[in-house]
Amino acid sequence: MMELDTKIASRQRWFSFKRKQRTSKLQKKETIAGFLFVFPMLAGVSVLTLFPIVATFVLSFTKWNFIAGFEELEWIGFDNLRNLLGDNVFRKSLLNNSIFMFTVPICMAVSLFLAIIINKKVYMKDYFKVAFFMPYISSVVAIAVVWQVLFHPSAGPVNETLRAFGIENPPLWIADPQFALISLMIIHIWISIGFNMIIYIAGLQAIPKDLYEAADIDGANGWMKFRKITFPMLSPTSFFLLVTGIIATFKVFDLVAVLTKGGPLHSTSMIVWYLYETAFVNLNIGYASSMALVLFFFVLLITVLQWIGQKKWVNY
Amino acid sequence: MKAINLWKIVMTIIMFCVSILFLLPFVWMLSTSLKIEADVFRFPIEWIPKRWNGLSNYKEVWFGDYPFYLYYWNSIKVAVLTTALSVTVSALAAYGFSKIRFPAGKWLFFIVLATYMVPPQASLVPQFILYRQIGLFDSHAGLILLMSFSVLGTFMLRQFFMGVHDDYIDAAKIDGAGHWRIFWSVAMPIVRPAVATYAILRFIWTWNDYQNPLIFLRSDELYTIQLAMQKFTTINGEFYSLIMAAAVSAILPLLIVFLFGQKHVIEGISLGGVKG
Repeated sequence: MMELDTKIASRQRWFSFKRKQRTSKLQKKETIAGFLFVFPMLAGVSVLTLFPIVATFVLSFTKWNFIAGFEELEWIGFDNLRNLLGDNVFRKSLLNNSIFMFTVPICMAVSLFLAIIINKKVYMKDYFKVAFFMPYISSVVAIAVVWQVLFHPSAGPVNETLRAFGIENPPLWIADPQFALISLMIIHIWISIGFNMIIYIAGLQAIPKDLYEAADIDGANGWMKFRKITFPMLSPTSFFLLVTGIIATFKVFDLVAVLTKGGPLHSTSMIVWYLYETAFVNLNIGYASSMALVLFFFVLLITVLQWIGQKKWVNY
Repeated sequence: MKAINLWKIVMTIIMFCVSILFLLPFVWMLSTSLKIEADVFRFPIEWIPKRWNGLSNYKEVWFGDYPFYLYYWNSIKVAVLTTALSVTVSALAAYGFSKIRFPAGKWLFFIVLATYMVPPQASLVPQFILYRQIGLFDSHAGLILLMSFSVLGTFMLRQFFMGVHDDYIDAAKIDGAGHWRIFWSVAMPIVRPAVATYAILRFIWTWNDYQNPLIFLRSDELYTIQLAMQKFTTINGEFYSLIMAAAVSAILPLLIVFLFGQKHVIEGISLGGVKG
């Protein structure tokens, strides 16, 4: 009897050993397959993003004009970052970036308003979706050029219309240091509304209807329903739009490059534009890299802050 | 009931007026592109040109000193190849990250996802230097490679691959299919609509990209439509009718892609909440 037991036990051990061997062989095959499938993406990301970001970090401690070759590379430690702090154009660019961020909440508010109306209160929903989405689809360069002409200070349709309404001296828009940034912000909002609106409509459609029915029974009015149901239920959507929207304002480049080139008087210079000018026009690689580093940390900081802040007002 | 419908009609009319604000610049662009230069700034605006000059404007844009047919061809080439490569790379990675169980997978996915936080401009300068060193600078191949590794695309497609039920895959495995077969004949057909959505979005984003061609292309004959548009505007400074004809030409293919794939684009954007 004992003998049989040990025999069975050893048999079982042997089987389980075999099974393990087989699964580990299978697992090995899985792992190889996994690596093969993700390899192209991984290689691309490593070469084109990971390596460059490390290089940016290193280059930001150098003074270098890349045309001169690697021999001319000079280590200057924290000088670039120190110079940045005292650089008026950079400070102006940072300020402009901060002002530009206000486009995000404005755009979100308008989009939410439009989304609520289009979602429930109109006919031809599809037409409206397409119409508001057109600017987002179109190329920023072409749109910028069109607006450049529309905003033409003396003869442009915008100012002609304003004059027709009796405004004697309409602003010079992108030619006026006081209005240039605002003009860009208007165009940016005009472009982004379609995207925000589509996302909000999707968010609205995901809110369960019985919440509104229950509120109706309790006799809640439209504003109450908006404040107590729609707005809180949309908070994840709003959070998403806020984060991506603010990060997108840090990347605004096309509008500035086509319309103003940072002028007049640096009134529309933003970090990315100044970075581009420093690196590719003035060929000052080290200084531009230190800006890239600041940009990177700003985006990181904003993302982290928002992840912390969301716990306070986002309902999942 | 009737009152509500009336309200709805009124709202539709009001919203229609608001939507005009979004369409008017496009209408102005189109109508200006058909005018003679002297009539461009005539006020009140002539929405329908009194004196037509469309044919010669578009001829100048397409076959003049900056021939748009060439830039069109460049843009189509770059956008189509980028889209194809990007979809392939992203779909492979998305399948690997969602349907193949291997211990390193989770970590690798986390690394890939983390790179999404890096603003593209932060890695621009080293990319530029790298490209000059390895000879990819000022070539379409380089530009295509640069735009083909999309974290966003991988993330988006991975979401859809995760929706493919494991039973299908296990069944195929029992039939002796390897991952390559399963990817191609089981999983891909199921996620095809998502792939189509991503492909359309990638095409639009690539077509509209200005910054990468600006930095990574130098030769005139390699220019994409956006660069050509900018160059054309600089050269033709005051010829607004010509510039508008160029703008119409730059936007048109996108509008066609968008109108055909409208459902895909809008659904894709609402589903993934994606941004280029």
